[in-house]
Amino acid sequence: MRELSLNVMDIAQNSISAGAKLIVIDLCENSDADSLTITVADNGAGMTAEQTALAADPFFTTRKTRRVGLGVPLFKMEAEMTGGGLEITSEKGVGTTVKAKFVPSHVDMIPLGDINSTVLLLITCNEDRDFVFHRRMDLHEFTLDTRELRAVLGDEVKLSSPEVTEWIKGYLTEQTQRIKEESSDEVFRGTSGDKG
Amino acid sequence: MKSLEELRAIRDKARSQVILRENSDNAVRVLVGMATCGIAAGARPVLNALVEEVAKRGLQNVTVTQTGCIGICQFEPVVEIVAPGQEKVTYVKMTPEKAVRVVNDHLVNGNVVTEFTIGANS
Repeated sequence: MRELSLNVMDIAQNSISAGAKLIVIDLCENSDADSLTITVADNGAGMTAEQTALAADPFFTTRKTRRVGLGVPLFKMEAEMTGGGLEITSEKGVGTTVKAKFVPSHVDMIPLGDINSTVLLLITCNEDRDFVFHRRMDLHEFTLDTRELRAVLGDEVKLSSPEVTEWIKGYLTEQTQRIKEESSDEVFRGTSGDKG
Repeated sequence: MKSLEELRAIRDKARSQVILRENSDNAVRVLVGMATCGIAAGARPVLNALVEEVAKRGLQNVTVTQTGCIGICQFEPVVEIVAPGQEKVTYVKMTPEKAVRVVNDHLVNGNVVTEFTIGANS
């Protein structure tokens, strides 16, 4: 994959196939620790301990169209390439959590890419499910929870209607910009303090 | 800054309008293959282009959604159009530009873009 955000989309599709009603996508960047943690958690069908152990095996899949399943193995490989790793926790009937850790300064780090586009498409193309997107950069964070949007919009306006899609897109762009600026301001203050 | 207040305004505006309810009997479904193969081949920008063009054209009876791997990974990104009473049309090796044309020619004007179909590309 060219962008980690595409892996997020792929992993979230597994949650959708598992019949999840709520999917939580969490990005946590910590510049001091040089780490990026991406978590996709769902309340879908879940897996047995045996299936969980095999999920990162490319030759294990539950689908019928072909005998390989590359989504989780690819994501795992990309995390391990940077010196990070991937872990899956799952319980039958409760849900599954996929957590991948990356070391962003590593030469083999794949860029995150357009994560907002992934989130927007997941929301607008899955009207029957809820999503929570949480992104944190050091001390700054924001959350988008479709349950909150639905509470305001009621039944008559869909999340996929053009005006709402536009609002979500704008919100994601503005909030991402805000936490990026606030985080980089701190780095700037930190370095200028060292010089003085 | 985007606020929930703006969402309330969107809701109130929608309430005040006479909404043309989509008739589920004649709803057209646009399915984009979004399994690992499709995503790796560039399905996300295609899906994005379809959603935006359908919104721009105000096509009320069209639902754009995703589907899994249908087993023809070498033809990804794949877009299927399913309309009631019509044969399913499968478009292959899609790009955002081709997607815009499919919305305009196929969904708006009812003309299948034969050159992008699996029949013309296999």
